Parts: sequence; C-alpha cells; structure tokens
Amino acid sequence: MAINKVVGSFDEAVADIADGAMLHIGGFGGPGECPSYLIAAVARRKPRGLTVTGNLGGWGVAMIAALRERLAAMLPFPDDFYDLGLLVEQGCVRKGILAFPAAPGNAEFPFELLLREGKAELELLGQGSLAERIRAARAGIAAFYTPVGVGTVAAEGKEIREFGGVPHVLEHALRADFSLIRAYKADRWGNLIYHGTGRTMNATMAGAARVTLAEVDEVVDLGELDPECVVTPGIYVERVVVRPKQPKRWDERS
Amino acid sequence: MAGDRLDELSMAMRVAREFREGMYVNLGVGIPTLASSFVPPGMEVILHSENGMLGFGPLVEDAAHADIFLINASVQPVSPRPGMCFFAHEESFAMIRGGRIDITVLGALEVAENGDLANYQLPGKVCGSFGGGQDLAFCARKVIAVMTHRTKDDRPKIVQRVTLPLTAPRAVDRVVTDIAVIDVTPAGLLLREYVPGWTPEEIQALTAAPLRIADDLQPMTLA
Repeated sequence: MAINKVVGSFDEAVADIADGAMLHIGGFGGPGECPSYLIAAVARRKPRGLTVTGNLGGWGVAMIAALRERLAAMLPFPDDFYDLGLLVEQGCVRKGILAFPAAPGNAEFPFELLLREGKAELELLGQGSLAERIRAARAGIAAFYTPVGVGTVAAEGKEIREFGGVPHVLEHALRADFSLIRAYKADRWGNLIYHGTGRTMNATMAGAARVTLAEVDEVVDLGELDPECVVTPGIYVERVVVRPKQPKRWDERS
Repeated sequence: MAGDRLDELSMAMRVAREFREGMYVNLGVGIPTLASSFVPPGMEVILHSENGMLGFGPLVEDAAHADIFLINASVQPVSPRPGMCFFAHEESFAMIRGGRIDITVLGALEVAENGDLANYQLPGKVCGSFGGGQDLAFCARKVIAVMTHRTKDDRPKIVQRVTLPLTAPRAVDRVVTDIAVIDVTPAGLLLREYVPGWTPEEIQALTAAPLRIADDLQPMTLA
C-alpha cells in the first residue's frame, strides 16, 4: 500500500471537525494565501463553539466583495477568496486568539461585532508571540519566555520572570486540533512548497495540530519537488486537497 | 503665526532620510510604507515585511502588474527584486525578536515623553490590533514613530503619559511629525528639527510634554 495523503474533496477533508474544536487558520490577510476552500468547507459543515487562531479576525463575505470592488485598480481579488470572517458570520466561532482582530480605520470585522455583543472571547497577541506559540506546539515545546508584550494587555494574567534584569512573559504553546493551511504544490507524501508571500502563517501552522490539512493548487509526482526546496516536510501534513480549477461559491460543494 | 504643516508624502520623505546603506528596515502601515519610495537612488536598503519577505522592491501601482502572492504587510502589492527571499512567519519574527531590524517606522496615536507608544487601539473600538507592531516596537534597534503632531480634533499626541492602551513601554527613539523631529532621551523630549516657518515656542505650545531644545536645532530638510 502506497502512502497517499491526497483526499478527494474538501467536504471529506473537514468531515471530522467537530463542535468545540480548535483550529489554526493559515494565511495573513491578503487574498492569495488564505485557505479559502478549507474555510468554506468548514462553514458548510457549521460546527459550533470553535476556537480559532490566526492573524486577521477576517473580513467576511460582504466586506471582501466591497474590497474587491474598491481595490480593483490596485490588487485583483480572486472570486473564491473566503476568510475566517465567513466562519464568524456562520456562527461557528466562540473564541479568537488573534493578532489583528480589529479592522483598520472605521471598518469593523464580523468578529468585532460578535465581541461587542458579548458572544465571543478574544485573546489578543502580537504576531511574534502568536507565531512562536504555534511553532512551539509543532516542536513539542510547552512554553517559552519573551520580553515582548510585558506591561501591556498581551501579558495580563501571565507569569512574569526576569532574565538578565529584563522582565519576560511566559507564553504557552498553542496546539490545535486542526491546522488549515494553503500551499502551492504538494506530493502524495504531503511535502509542500509555497508561492511568494503565501508561505507566512501557513508554513508556521503546518504540524502544529493533531491534523494538518493543506489546500494546494496542484499535486505533483513524488520526486518532482526539489528536495533542496521542500519547505514543509510531509511528516507535518496529514491531508492534502486540490483546489478546483474553476472558482466556486463558498456554499457550493467542493 | 505658525507655518505650514507637512503632508504625508513630505513626512515620508523626512523618514527616508533616516535610512543608511545596508540597513534592514521594517515599515508599518500608512505613511511609513510611503517612505520606501524615497530611498535615495543607488543606496541599498533591505526592506523587511513581517508577513515573510526581505529585499523586495517598490510598491506596484496598477492591478495589471500586481501579484496576490507578492504583498507587503499592509496587503499592498510590491515588485520583485533580485536578492529577495521569502520565509515563514515564525522566521520573520525570529529576525525581529532577534534584534536584526535596524530601524522600524511605525504610525502612532500617542507617544509619551518616556517613549511609551500607543498605536494599536482607536478610541471607540471594541478591540485593537497589535499586528506585528508590538514585536517591532519592543525589538527593533531604533523605533521611529511618525504621525501628525495633533489629532484631527486638535488634541495633543505627544504627551506626558499615554491615555490610550499601551503597545510598548519606553519603545520610541524618535518622533517625526508634520511640524518637528523630536528625540526621546533619558532627560526627556529633545526638539531636534522644526519645519521652516515654525518656532520652538509654537511647537511647544502644541506639545503636551516639556521640550528641551537641541543645541544644534535645525530646520527640517527633506532630501
């Protein structure tokens, strides 16, 4: 029996994401590097009470449509860009561990609305501690100390200890049930490469969960990925799903 | 009465005068990012973007040349450049937290006379966003805050104590505003440059913390 981590559909890939699960959501905030089809499949399944980690609180469907129009002359948004905001809008999210939960300026993410209604909980972190806490989970490290955040809301209620006269805050690893990530190419062993700034939180989150799901543009034969250039070794990846060639709406099966 | 205030592009030009050959520089959202357009020709400054990119080129102005897989941390398309490289998020912040960033330029809502920085939560919002700014404010070798000297409703932004939620304590080294350049020193704020047309007394009157005047106080130049 040959190893084959490629799963036939997004619906199948997310079928065991249950109520109350903790999810790392890859991407950064741009329209390219987001695991849109994995997010859409979870939104169709509609689990409740999820804890999510990621950079952005998420725009949601309506704001992405507005941005697509507004930024058309600057940055083309793909038709099939769906972000964490969709999961918030579908009522799936109970807690966010996020670095960018508040939209810029006067805009408001769906998650902010939820917070204001008292229907969600936020743990605000800088991107560095967020990324390192996720990396720590991948590496089996329970917790680490960093000076970043001491004296601010990011360190509230956390242990403080001095090293070399500088106060550090103890940050615990964030291990999720599932990591939802976007990559460029995979092979059937789950080796991954990324494209440009698409690496970002996606490569960070690979392996930081019980199950890592990678949404990719293409699966290539074993040996086609240059072993010198594999970014995420397949040992960190449990499932690979290929994006459809033609864009689909989030509520269509994929 | 007082002179003109600098517009955003002029503030970005002044910020760019901080750059030196070989520096690794991270630019925050807004005016800081504009400064990348004013790196002097021939000077090699390596830009770091916290979403995982070093050594990229200028902003791309039109959608036809924009690549959604080549964006900066403000989600603006940038151009490729020989020598650039990509990396994961934890690597990006290892660079920041490991002290490799020579200068970061950040937007600010308030800066206190001891260098305390408040820039992540707007008044009236239910929460704020640290993004990558907190790490940069804590860890970059030099932290430059760039902002208008006063709020839109004419309240001071340079203050004795910040009133908005704190991003990083004692973080800011230099403040560039639309009328002045002010350094944070152990002895308090030091007025180093003024925009021509403004007097130190006029600048002090718009600043809610005491300013000392540098012995070599100079008019601000942009290039």
